[in-house]
Amino acid sequence: MSEAVDRLALDPAPPRIDVTPLLRIIVPVVLLALWWVGTALNPGGLIPSPQDVGTALWDLAFGGIYDDAFSQMLLPDLIASAGRVYGAFILAAALALPLGMLIGRLRLVKELLEPTLQVLRPVPVTAWLPLSMIMFGIGPKSAFFLVALGAFYPILVNTVFAVRSVEPRLFEAAQMLGVSPARLFPKVVLPASLPGIFTGLRLGLGFAWVVIVVGEMTGVQTGLGAMIMDARQLSRTEIVIAGMAVIGVAGFLSDYAVVLLGRRLLAWSPQHG
Amino acid sequence: MTEPLLQATNTGKIYPGGIEALRNANLTIAPGEFVCLIGASGCGKSTLLRMIAGFETITTGQITMRGQPVTGPGPDRGMVFQDYGLFPWLTIRKNIAFGPIARGRPKAEAMATADRFVTMMGLDRFAESYPHQLSGGMKQRVAIGRVLANDAQMALMDEPFGALDAMTRERLQDELLSIWRATDLSVVFVTHSLEEAIFLADRVVVMSPGPGRITAEESITLERPRDVSSPEFNEIRRHLASLLHTDHVREAA
Repeated sequence: MSEAVDRLALDPAPPRIDVTPLLRIIVPVVLLALWWVGTALNPGGLIPSPQDVGTALWDLAFGGIYDDAFSQMLLPDLIASAGRVYGAFILAAALALPLGMLIGRLRLVKELLEPTLQVLRPVPVTAWLPLSMIMFGIGPKSAFFLVALGAFYPILVNTVFAVRSVEPRLFEAAQMLGVSPARLFPKVVLPASLPGIFTGLRLGLGFAWVVIVVGEMTGVQTGLGAMIMDARQLSRTEIVIAGMAVIGVAGFLSDYAVVLLGRRLLAWSPQHG
Repeated sequence: MTEPLLQATNTGKIYPGGIEALRNANLTIAPGEFVCLIGASGCGKSTLLRMIAGFETITTGQITMRGQPVTGPGPDRGMVFQDYGLFPWLTIRKNIAFGPIARGRPKAEAMATADRFVTMMGLDRFAESYPHQLSGGMKQRVAIGRVLANDAQMALMDEPFGALDAMTRERLQDELLSIWRATDLSVVFVTHSLEEAIFLADRVVVMSPGPGRITAEESITLERPRDVSSPEFNEIRRHLASLLHTDHVREAA
């Protein structure tokens, strides 16, 4: 038996080529090619070519090409936006997590808050922009509010769902093992709902990146959204696209880090492990 | 007769909406006794078990454990569910340590207890695995282990092997018997398999539906290990089948 296992282990697996990286790169390469062909066929068009955007991106990052107001502003703008994204995300989580747990587990809180929140939820962040600028003024506070608002609902909704859908069997199991009703929340509800809560946090952080441009329409001076808005006013479309690309990549890396964290923390969950 | 560990007196259950799941059940379980509840679906066997566990309220009569009325779940009555009910976020070792920790034992002591039952249940290789990585038979070993590790006086088992393949089921039946013999645990075991009931039990309690009630009790005095193909075994099986069957005829009439 063990000999057979050993022989199996010594048998070299036939070499296989992993095509996954290739599969992942096909669509971006095709899109880039279409973009390049499209702009090359229409040289006087309003859409800049990939080369123009690449040059703009280099100048944004390192300067030395145009040396204008945008040169070398990429890092400070990225840091400003990331700061708002994470700050607003933490604020949203600090409110949405406890609120979601209360709504999910306590009937009184649910009846009290859920109807209001259900009506407020479909209101898009963009619609809040004017009111937000009246309430919080022009500038970073408004931006912070709007981004937090974008992150708030996905965290809230997923937390409510997660704590509500704990398998009833686990309550019975815990109680027959000696857990008192008051201790069921920390011993069962919280750990059992972690995967759902984690999904909410992941979506919330993603939404924070989505709404950062809207948030920075509030007249803030720094940030990728502010950069895009400024570039738009000056018809510097290549900088607009460069900004879009940076937000996309930053949001992707931020999400990837969260996924890695989830795999570590939720190794027990078949959905995350 | 020794003082009963558990006693159900004229116990009945009527669910909101008027469905009578159990009527006037009288049942006595002695310390260390292995009792199987058997019957067709709707006979109230699971309801009775869940009332003993304290998961269901008692509508009429009462259930006492060592003379004290049962009012809710407690660690003296450990339940083994058909769908395991393991905590997916805990390793096997910590699942087994869950009860002792919940009851306030020091962590080191709880872990030492868990390790003992991990070994006893043959789970050493899986101690640091999570439930979703285990087969059904292994999960049920964990479920039994955590009840034992929690010093339960009575194990309540609700068709625990019903979802397992025949080979695994037979193995777990043997293991359950040897564990039961090695401890002073009482077992109340719900099944719809006559063979399983006769193979395991000191006493088989036959239940019937419409409304659920206890219709017969038979002591099984065959020597263990019992041979399911022996004539004696078959005779008991025929007798109990006739008790279950008369009931079906009445149902059909």
